[in-house]
Amino acid sequence: MPKKFDAIVVGAGMAGLAAAYKMSSEGLSVVVIERGDYPGAKNVMGGVLYRSMMEELIPEFWKEAPLQRPVVEQRFWMLDKQSVVTSGYKDESWAEEPYNCFTVFRGEFDRWFAKKCEEKGALIINETLVESCIVDDGKVIGVQTNRPEGDLYANVVVLADGVNSLLGKQLGFHREWEPQQVALAVMEELKLPEEVIEDRFNLEPGMGTTIELFGQGTMGMVGTAFIYTNKQHISIGVGALLSQIREKQVQPYQLLENLKQHPAVRPLVRGAEPVEYYAHLIPEGGYNSIPKLVSDGVVVVGDAAQLVNGIHREGSNMAMTSGRLAAEAVIHACNMGHFDRDALSSYENELNNSFVIKDLEKYKDASHLLESNPRYFNNYIPTANMALREMLTVDGVSKKQKQKKLTKSILGKNGLFTLGKDIYQMWKAVR
Amino acid sequence: MGKKAKEVNVDDKLYLNRFKADEKSHLTIIDPEICRDKCTNKDCTVFCPAKVYEWRDGRIMVGFEGCLECGACRIACPHKNIEWSYPRGGYGVQFKLA
Repeated sequence: MPKKFDAIVVGAGMAGLAAAYKMSSEGLSVVVIERGDYPGAKNVMGGVLYRSMMEELIPEFWKEAPLQRPVVEQRFWMLDKQSVVTSGYKDESWAEEPYNCFTVFRGEFDRWFAKKCEEKGALIINETLVESCIVDDGKVIGVQTNRPEGDLYANVVVLADGVNSLLGKQLGFHREWEPQQVALAVMEELKLPEEVIEDRFNLEPGMGTTIELFGQGTMGMVGTAFIYTNKQHISIGVGALLSQIREKQVQPYQLLENLKQHPAVRPLVRGAEPVEYYAHLIPEGGYNSIPKLVSDGVVVVGDAAQLVNGIHREGSNMAMTSGRLAAEAVIHACNMGHFDRDALSSYENELNNSFVIKDLEKYKDASHLLESNPRYFNNYIPTANMALREMLTVDGVSKKQKQKKLTKSILGKNGLFTLGKDIYQMWKAVR
Repeated sequence: MGKKAKEVNVDDKLYLNRFKADEKSHLTIIDPEICRDKCTNKDCTVFCPAKVYEWRDGRIMVGFEGCLECGACRIACPHKNIEWSYPRGGYGVQFKLA
């Protein structure tokens, strides 16, 4: 085994494996170092994998990859204490090739993806922790692992070490994250028979749905709850800004339990048996939190680069695209024989030109707006529930009178000006 | 949320997972006196999703064996008093699904 590689990838997640696959496909010698027993053992996500970005690496991967269900419907729920306003979109074309996205188990998918990398010649080393980067004269030249004589050297190190990114922090690419820059999410897998899932979620055999729940699921904290269907499991989870979880003195598992007990959720999960329990941080800082991405001999990808679009719950797609673009820059650098910051800078340029940075830039103020203005989650969602309750409860009160009551309640506390300002600011943040 | 939900015992949830516990903790309280004298709320005992931290007999007990390795305590300890690393390679929680 050669001790020096073209590239070392730290972390076998979506971003790291995407980079490894691309680089080894082009004949580079690549080693992936993973701290879990196997790729996926430490990887946690809600569960939606986007087809388009994966297909840029492996065309028609769905024919062989271990997937759960193609998502044919996305529902959005605005939850109040004992009621819910629902909306969503279902599309028959999402049930056919090439599909839009899938629910997956990372414990299965990442193992398969790593095997595909091995087929291309990459070396996957499991059960090994990278403790630091080896830096020489300001250049990253390798990594130090916890194994005896475990130093490895390469022309480029790809940091795909996830949201905590201790390695990026060591290199001074970012400071420690602040509690308002990350969401803390907890999740459970609940086991149910396939047909029961399909009946409860109104699905054709094999098809899947996602539900994002806003409002009471997070007790008004900035965040979302979610319910995704797998083949024989339901993923149910809830996440909110860590700063607010701390401030409100919330136990995350109690939040999850409250969600499961909500009258709109309870029938969906009735009788389901919990089989695994997770916690994970999600980068929420968006565009303003992106660390340094390129330096001499090193690039940063995926969650480690904070590439998550919280508003659209997209992350795995950004991970894959950033991994692929970083790989292309490394391949380019190999062809030139230079590995300094300039030689690798095409990664940053290509990322800036891709949907990844464009989307993050578009929403750069949205998360902060939701955080700093509690009315969106705490007033408007209950108000929407109240409005429908009023208009749909038949009790002999005239519609006109109900309307008056509604208007009064909507404007009552803050007045028309505040409402107008909130609508304008939200429009500005997401336009 | 309607009726008050039943209290959860997080141990019931952790019991579902497969853990390979190392002998040495990957989580260290840097200065126990800060927990005792300066920290009024003991936030970590509440927000940690695995209830790794418990306040007992005037000190924080660290049950690192059930850690889910999320990193929240490192970031949200109000006194930055937790030294946090990943468990050694091959140790810690090993997820099957997710």
